[in-house]
Amino acid sequence: MKKIWAWGALVFGLLYFTLPLIGMTNFSLKMRRGEYSFDAYGKVFSDPRFQETFTYSIMQALFTILFGVLLVVPTAYWVRLKLPRLRPYIEFITLLPLVIPAIVIVFGYIRLYNTSSWLPLTGSIFGTNVLLMFGYAILALPYMYRAVDTGLRTIDIATLTEAAQSLGAGWATILGRIILPNVLVAVLSGAFLTFAIVIGEFTMAALLNRPAFGPYMQLLGANRAYEPAALAVIAFGITWGCLGLIQLVSRFQKSAPPKA
Amino acid sequence: MSFLTLTNIQKSFGPVQVVHGFDMSIEKGEFVSFLGPSGCGKTTVLRMIAGFEMPSSGSIVINGKDQGTLKPNQRNIGMVFQAYALFPNMNVADNVAFGLKVAGAPKAEIDARVKQMLSLIKLEHLADRFPYQLSGGQQQRVALARALAAKPQVLLLDEPLSALDAKIRVSLREEIRQIQQQLGITTVFVTHDQEEALSISDRIVVMNSGRADQIGTPFEIYNTPATRFVASFVGTLNIIEAKVADPATGTVAIGDQKVSLKEPISGMKGGDPISLALRPEAGSIADSAKGDTALTGEVVSTSFLGSVIRTKLRIGGDVISFDMFNDPGLTPPAYGDNVTLRFAAKDLLVIRE
Repeated sequence: MKKIWAWGALVFGLLYFTLPLIGMTNFSLKMRRGEYSFDAYGKVFSDPRFQETFTYSIMQALFTILFGVLLVVPTAYWVRLKLPRLRPYIEFITLLPLVIPAIVIVFGYIRLYNTSSWLPLTGSIFGTNVLLMFGYAILALPYMYRAVDTGLRTIDIATLTEAAQSLGAGWATILGRIILPNVLVAVLSGAFLTFAIVIGEFTMAALLNRPAFGPYMQLLGANRAYEPAALAVIAFGITWGCLGLIQLVSRFQKSAPPKA
Repeated sequence: MSFLTLTNIQKSFGPVQVVHGFDMSIEKGEFVSFLGPSGCGKTTVLRMIAGFEMPSSGSIVINGKDQGTLKPNQRNIGMVFQAYALFPNMNVADNVAFGLKVAGAPKAEIDARVKQMLSLIKLEHLADRFPYQLSGGQQQRVALARALAAKPQVLLLDEPLSALDAKIRVSLREEIRQIQQQLGITTVFVTHDQEEALSISDRIVVMNSGRADQIGTPFEIYNTPATRFVASFVGTLNIIEAKVADPATGTVAIGDQKVSLKEPISGMKGGDPISLALRPEAGSIADSAKGDTALTGEVVSTSFLGSVIRTKLRIGGDVISFDMFNDPGLTPPAYGDNVTLRFAAKDLLVIRE
């Protein structure tokens, strides 16, 4: 009897999750009257604004990942090695983006870095792009920090650091050749999550008026019927692709050398 | 002039002082062991030599150069850790080559040195393996080769055998000593295992509560312990509480029996309490040739340990053990027997606190 309820709950959950997706995918394929086609997808892919915004968001994601790695890996390493008492405070700070809405952060940015401020980042396209990248890095911080911190927990960083130091290595060598390669899988997990967040983010890009993929999806959704559904399926595919890659690299980690 | 000199080293962690006025001079090519129980400060002194800890005061001089301001990566010291600390992302050859690559050595030189080091530890055939593919003993040999590859001026070994099983420990400690003698490298070895320290060291520093209780050769440390702590920590030792009977002739009273130490007892007067030590192997009840000093006692227990028979005797207020080699022709004493234990007077040591 218990099994029937368990199976029933599972089936209900699966239907609750998949039916909207199936419906949306079905709708996205019905642009041509009376038959299934990829017309909506074709229109989306051939739209120059899609290519422009998608490329922009990919570039933003790559720079955000790069900045995130440069910020988070040395910080998490240093906190674990030298300041373990500060770990709860650092963890609290990295969790703040989950409770502070993106709109609050971006309004704060606009007030702090407007053209009449001491650092007028919003006064140029390059400056605004940099500001948006910082904003994305903040949004991804909880995920990136946790991923890297978990990776660092699996290796004895104190002894490895001392071993490298006794062999003449400086901090840059230790980070670049010992620590980073040993937490690479964790860093990749954080990177894929960051990528998924940046590709779908709307609020910051819209309020900073940058041509990102999120605002484009919103714009298309407000004016078209079938294309937004196709775009949603594409965005969903990208997110799930990222999650699949995380699973793949996690599996790769299981066969990697166990940590000392 | 000594190669490595530690002068009046003090170290405190907050209000707790863990090393008190540590002085030591080590000659070039010497193998010195720091021996002591957990928390005695031996690893802290080693870490100060390596530069991972800074002394609160005092100086560390290696080959005439004060190490005070030098960072760990500037000291040219090789170190082997208890936890191996091989880099998991590198294979054996890359681990061994790491120090040379950091130093910017030419590739041909690195390749030759790695080959030489792997040949030294007899693991040439495992050059492409990753650390997780090696046994504990193999990992520690690779760690040793890695530490030696960059030709350090001092080799530091921080309990390198503690994580290994008993058989590997014995073979690896002999291998470490052989390699050290072959290369003539000045080595400091930290251990809490007296057998390890006694078997491979030129000199031993017995540490107790942050102080060096005694520094000497294994022979001196074992046979003439300077303090009660050294006597009790190194080997098995019977401590006998006695009273000075006549300090001029060196006569002491153990219970109601008197024995002579055959030399005057300085700084004491008749009736003063005195602690004496006797090694279990120093006495015999069967062999009168063991010595001309005798004590009579009652057998409390007899244990057959294979190669030796350990007998416990009650003499005065103390129970002391003595060992005799197993001999099929020998009848071990039985519980309650009164026997005479014979030993040489020189084996009865006066223990100072």
